[in-house]
Amino acid sequence: MGKVIVVTSGKGGVGKTTSSAALGAALAQNGDKVVVVDFDVGLRNLDLVMGAERRVVYDLVNVIQGEAKLAQALIRDKRLETLYLLPASQTRDKDNLTPEGVEKVITALRKAFDWVICDSPAGIERGATLAMRHADVAIVVTNPEVSSVRDSDRIIGLLDSKTMKAEQGERMEKHLLLTRFDPARAERGDMLKVEDVLEILSIPLLGIIPESMDVLRASNVGAPVTIADNKSAPALAYFNAARRLKGETVPLTTPGEKRGFFGKIFGRKAA
Amino acid sequence: MNLKRFFSRSASAPAARERLQVLLAHERASSGDSDLLKTLRDEIMAVIAKHMQVDGDKVSVKMERGASVSTLAVDIEVPFDGGKKAA
Repeated sequence: MGKVIVVTSGKGGVGKTTSSAALGAALAQNGDKVVVVDFDVGLRNLDLVMGAERRVVYDLVNVIQGEAKLAQALIRDKRLETLYLLPASQTRDKDNLTPEGVEKVITALRKAFDWVICDSPAGIERGATLAMRHADVAIVVTNPEVSSVRDSDRIIGLLDSKTMKAEQGERMEKHLLLTRFDPARAERGDMLKVEDVLEILSIPLLGIIPESMDVLRASNVGAPVTIADNKSAPALAYFNAARRLKGETVPLTTPGEKRGFFGKIFGRKAA
Repeated sequence: MNLKRFFSRSASAPAARERLQVLLAHERASSGDSDLLKTLRDEIMAVIAKHMQVDGDKVSVKMERGASVSTLAVDIEVPFDGGKKAA
């Protein structure tokens, strides 16, 4: 039986889809069988970030409505043969996602894969609550910025009350993935520090992904950053996060970006 | 000019941290509509409406949420003939 992970945040644009794709590809590079499921019905983007946008035939809603078999809707990655994508519907309304339908699909995927990664839409509406509904583990993607931290706090509340685990009286395992972190700005006092966010949200840290051009470059070419440039700082951070997900103990390092002469002089505020 | 501004600028992250801590303490306590301040505000307004006609524009309700103390200020303009509510 595989593990079901929801990648969620409340706020949009913090890096849920990027992180779903990067972690999925990182886990699949270990030989684990991984499926990444896009729950953002109407605004799908996981297919684009993973470079499979031209191969989408059927989607999650087709499977739920019985118009396609699950196996027909799954798209295998061209680079990693243990990585699959289940796209969201682009044209249908999100009301087509039914709780029963989602449960059936997740149950079937759990049997066939080691990891089922559910990429949640932003917000706290139907799509987001259904994406988290059957999760064993939640990854809360947060930017070191006030509105993102507030929304993450709200989502943590929902994870502890509206999921199957919560309703059965079990504890939902939650991890914080801090994305778009800029060590220089945090050091200067112009960005919330890692410890600040951890103290406020009080859930364990899965990883710190540095703000980086490599992430945009990877999405431009349609590859998870862990495939596009697997030596880059964000890719290494995602690989470490994936190892922690598997239960390994990997020491946490705040990603320090190399600063040039100019950065050394102006990057730090005089004490 | 710009350089002076750069050096005199103070760090903004501590402010973000404090604002979040106060806000989230309130939001966590008020999940499930059990927000005391909100209940007080609604009930106070209901009581006032029972005894006089309240013009929505003449009422100001201010809430100030602090870390340890919150205040609720209800400011109502009472018109001369507002003492009696039309039966």
